[in-house]
Amino acid sequence: MAKKLAIIASKGTLDGAYPPFLLASTAAALGFEAKIFFTFYGLQLLKKELSLKVSPLGNPAMPMPVPVPSIVQIIPGLEAFATWMMQRKLKKKGVASVAELREICLESDVELIACQMTVDLFDFKNSDFIDGISHGGAATFLEFASEADITLYI
Amino acid sequence: MSDFDTEIDTSGLNCPLPVLKARKMLNEMSASQRLRLICTDTGALKDIPAFCKMTGNPLLSSDQVDGKLYFIIEKGA
Repeated sequence: MAKKLAIIASKGTLDGAYPPFLLASTAAALGFEAKIFFTFYGLQLLKKELSLKVSPLGNPAMPMPVPVPSIVQIIPGLEAFATWMMQRKLKKKGVASVAELREICLESDVELIACQMTVDLFDFKNSDFIDGISHGGAATFLEFASEADITLYI
Repeated sequence: MSDFDTEIDTSGLNCPLPVLKARKMLNEMSASQRLRLICTDTGALKDIPAFCKMTGNPLLSSDQVDGKLYFIIEKGA
């Protein structure tokens, strides 16, 4: 029987988007049955228009070309700059885009599940999300996770 | 280096694209056909053998020439 991977994706940042899509697409390539449960900010990863950002604010480990003190990081535009810098780096190093990995997940039958409670909480509409996803709640995730070989909370 | 039927060059692409591209190509091949996969991602040195082991597609050879990795993968039954 196929191995199973269950992931909870709770982050909606550019850097937070990589681990769930990357691991699930690779798991599918290795013959796993994989499901990702998107909750809270993770729902951003299911939006038709991805506008994911990365911020150095509150993230002292983020490499910057020059040291930027936290007080300066509140300046408008710095987050956009950091995001642009990260995207440029990802492209230059031949890393797949989030949209590309998400597409591979869909093509390889990774089930993408939107947490219905947080969809309602944030007043998201189903039309905000890409086609081909499903909806579910805590019990949906736990049922699959109870049989999973690997379970990750990201 | 062994003979092969199909080749993909993933030079410049990073993890996990070499694995994902190998998977896609192997899906289109028939059993016992051979794929030559070229990578520059040094992580592939461990990832490709792991991929082959888990998917039952034997890794026939791996070579490193001028900073590039050359893998010959046989499509399993």
